[in-house]
Amino acid sequence: MSRWRDEKASIFGDNSEMNLFLAVLMPFLGAVLVALASRRGRAFAAWCTGGVALLSLFLLLPAMAASFDGTTTIQRLTWIPAAGLDLAFRLDGLGLLFALLILGIGLLVILYAHYYLSAEDSLGRLYAYLLLFMGSMLGVVLSENLIQLLIFWELTSLSSFLLIAYWRKREAARRGARLALTITGAGGLALLAGFLLLGEMVGSYDLSVVLASGDIIRAHPLYVPTLVLILLGAFTKSAQFPFHFWLPHAMAAPTPVSAYLHSATMVKAGVFLLARLFPALSGTPEWTWLVGGVGVATLLVGAVVALFKHDLKGLLAYSTISHLGLITALFGIGTPLAAVAGVFHIINHAIFKAGLFMAAGIIDHECGTRDMRRINGMWHYMPHTAVLAMVASAAMAGVPLLNGFLSKEMFFAEAHAAAADWRVGIFLPAAVTVAGIFAVAYSLRFIHDVFFNGEPIDLPKTPHEPPRWMKVPVEIIVVLCVLVGIFPAQTVEPLLAVAASAVLQGPLPEHNLALWHGFNPALWMSVIALIGGVLLYLGRKPLFVLHDRLSGRLDARAIYEHGLRTIIDFARRVLMRLEAIGLQHQAAVLILAALILGSAGMLGAASPLTGSRSLLPVDGVSLLAVLTLIGATLAVTVLHRQRLTALIIVGAVGLIVALAFIKFSAPDLALTQLSVEVVTIVLLLLALYFLPPETPAESSKSRRWRDGTLAVLAGGGAAALAWAVLTRPANSIAGWFLDNSVTGGGGTNVVNVILVDFRGFDTFGEITVLAIAALGIFALLENLRLIAPRRDVAGRRWDSDVHPLIMATFARLLLPLALLVSVFIFVRGHNLPGGGFIAGLITAIALIMQYLANGVTWTHARLPAHTHPWIAAGLVIALLTGVASWLFGRPFLTSAFGHPSLPLIGELPLASAMAFDLGVYLVVVGATLLILINLGMAHSVSHEDEHAKEGPWKP
Amino acid sequence: MLNFALTLAFALVATAFAMSFFRLIKGPSAPDRILALDTLYINAIALLVLFGIQLASPLYFEAALLIALMGFVGTVALAKFLLRGDIIE
Repeated sequence: MSRWRDEKASIFGDNSEMNLFLAVLMPFLGAVLVALASRRGRAFAAWCTGGVALLSLFLLLPAMAASFDGTTTIQRLTWIPAAGLDLAFRLDGLGLLFALLILGIGLLVILYAHYYLSAEDSLGRLYAYLLLFMGSMLGVVLSENLIQLLIFWELTSLSSFLLIAYWRKREAARRGARLALTITGAGGLALLAGFLLLGEMVGSYDLSVVLASGDIIRAHPLYVPTLVLILLGAFTKSAQFPFHFWLPHAMAAPTPVSAYLHSATMVKAGVFLLARLFPALSGTPEWTWLVGGVGVATLLVGAVVALFKHDLKGLLAYSTISHLGLITALFGIGTPLAAVAGVFHIINHAIFKAGLFMAAGIIDHECGTRDMRRINGMWHYMPHTAVLAMVASAAMAGVPLLNGFLSKEMFFAEAHAAAADWRVGIFLPAAVTVAGIFAVAYSLRFIHDVFFNGEPIDLPKTPHEPPRWMKVPVEIIVVLCVLVGIFPAQTVEPLLAVAASAVLQGPLPEHNLALWHGFNPALWMSVIALIGGVLLYLGRKPLFVLHDRLSGRLDARAIYEHGLRTIIDFARRVLMRLEAIGLQHQAAVLILAALILGSAGMLGAASPLTGSRSLLPVDGVSLLAVLTLIGATLAVTVLHRQRLTALIIVGAVGLIVALAFIKFSAPDLALTQLSVEVVTIVLLLLALYFLPPETPAESSKSRRWRDGTLAVLAGGGAAALAWAVLTRPANSIAGWFLDNSVTGGGGTNVVNVILVDFRGFDTFGEITVLAIAALGIFALLENLRLIAPRRDVAGRRWDSDVHPLIMATFARLLLPLALLVSVFIFVRGHNLPGGGFIAGLITAIALIMQYLANGVTWTHARLPAHTHPWIAAGLVIALLTGVASWLFGRPFLTSAFGHPSLPLIGELPLASAMAFDLGVYLVVVGATLLILINLGMAHSVSHEDEHAKEGPWKP
Repeated sequence: MLNFALTLAFALVATAFAMSFFRLIKGPSAPDRILALDTLYINAIALLVLFGIQLASPLYFEAALLIALMGFVGTVALAKFLLRGDIIE
């Protein structure tokens, strides 16, 4: 671990301009590392995870220090220059604040989770997910480019999904995760649309440009749709009313996750976005009404519902919703001072709510339940935890001397000040005070119901104080609450100042962080909230009765579930309707649609069917070949019910197609076609063995006529299209390849040079797919044992001569010759028709020939039974050839070539592409053999059974 | 002279090609068809060699070589199928 960190530190020293990128990247790399490291024990995993977070913090330090001077660090890495895409990161005051929250609280959560999670649960998995989330969230707050920000935004949704569903065996966890992903994912889509509009307006996706173009954006006719779309993204993420309902269900996550994601960081991404785009979007009536209105509504709904939640985490979840609403409302008010208060409350809420969630987790951990009706009197069982939780809860209520009080009072003051401008009279301060009353009441309930209020009822466990180190994170947080609450100017002020000025992108308004501001309206509102809250809590009994009677009437999640079910049912019905008609009807519909569209296009076009190119002369042999091809195709169609006959005639079709390729100067295609033809015959024969020899006629006469007509029309259409294209002079890209084949790829066979050089990367992808397909087929065929028929089509017994002597002998003679041909085709491939693919097929066929003529036992005695290593070797060789060009500072798969002269043999055309071609060759041989032989082996057992029944057979 | 010989050879091989094809379609038995296909392959080799002579190009000979090799394997596989049903055992 330490060695690893040193290495990274040296990178940090050399390339300090990449710091932000590395800091974001580090948790993603760390996630993999931790997933592997967790095998070496829980403590080791925890140290690794913490180390990764510290490393990220360390990498950010220079930029962080700079941001305190008001410097915005922007770093760019060229990513896709052709598309104008850069990886761009920025760290200013706001980024600094959020990065500190993400990494600081992240570190506390990592420590806490180590003690929270029971031994059965995989700590490594949790840490890996947490690091994924940490990286994504850092990406969100440190992105300079909006599209890049959105990518990280979606990554936070995904990693949050994984974290909520951490206990994947629990139904509630899976449902909660899906709900959260659906809501935040839908919001992410809206956000993407909003960002695209924003980018169109200002002509750049760079935040620096967007932030400086507030006037252009606000004056733009598309301002309102853009604002609404971006707000949809922010509101869904930050659980604002009416999208708030996913957050309580996300509480199915382990408590460290709730403490981290669902109070301190991820749900703050929405308000982060509001703060980030504040200079660009705010300052209009639409902004004020939408953001302020939604914020106040969320503030009220959250506060009221929180009081009635019996679940400890449910209460905290709704209180989080309420506090997020408070922050949103502050940004909605829109004055510079309100924005400062908003930033301040982001800090304060993140601190005390993380502490409260951790305390709730301790209580849950110790009691085995989170039901506050049963958890009572914890003061006697865990006094230490009780003190910590009570202080944090008092901060949440806004009690003086604690951090929550300061920002809440700023909020009250802003609400009071805004009332005059807003012409909403008394409404805003009143609503805010009511929310304050409920906040005090639910905080009081959290304290009184849990720690006092008599004795616990029927707890699954006997609670006691948790391990020492589990409380440490909460202690740190509570100390912070008190320090900020008493000495705000000495502790939080510098951070708040840089963060708020980054939000405003301008001078900071006059503000005074102090406990005592004199007898002003805000103080009276605080007093009313505190006294009203206590009174409300004392008179809660009738309210609870009323709530129980009303509950279940309006459940946002039920509405969501219903909507989801309706959509799924609808999709299923449509699908059923389409699937029920069967494959042939589906094909008919598809072909008919293509026919109609194609005819419409053809008939609508003004140009004639035949183009200007003169036709080639027809010679007798070609005419005969074409007539044979047509005849063979017709014969296959007519005779397709006799399967073997159809297969033999298909062989003739393949042969004539190959001849046509040769005639029209495509020798490579012809060679490939010929080799594939044989492999196809072998493959189909293997399958045919198990199929009934005849296909019964199933479709009615009218349907056959319909299908026949469709087929003739569609075939005619395709032919007409081919005619139209071929009779026109075409300007293709062929000329370029012909000109550059020798100079660029060192080979005169353009087809091969394209395959292994110009399009080498595609070929590499294709052989990889081929390898995967072969392994997949191998896996599917494993243990497949089919029952073979005893007699042939005519009802005769199979011949007893398994491997006729003449055939076996000639096949053995053929092998070296075939291999020679394959080597010949391979070596000359770069300059003349041939190449690795064809050579591979020839080798494979030559080897299959031995299986055909000499049997599996004989061949396996001389050849490895499994060709997986050949496939692997082929892929590795191809990959290494590609990577080797990196050593020479060239892009992947750049080829080098030369023509050394050897004695006896003469000039030998060599190109590094030949090594690549060797990789292709090995993969093709390995894959073809693996598939065909294993398909053939599925038969062998059945024959052994037959022999066993009929007595030993001797040749 | 060569031209005449080539034309005649083309005509004869083409006739053989057509007749093999007729047997391929007509059958009647599976061995008939397999033999017909094999003969078609051999006729194709002949055609390719003739083409190579006509155009004085060696490029056609590889294809002819490959047809010779591959056609044989296809025929063996089909014959083995008739004999035993199971071609890889």
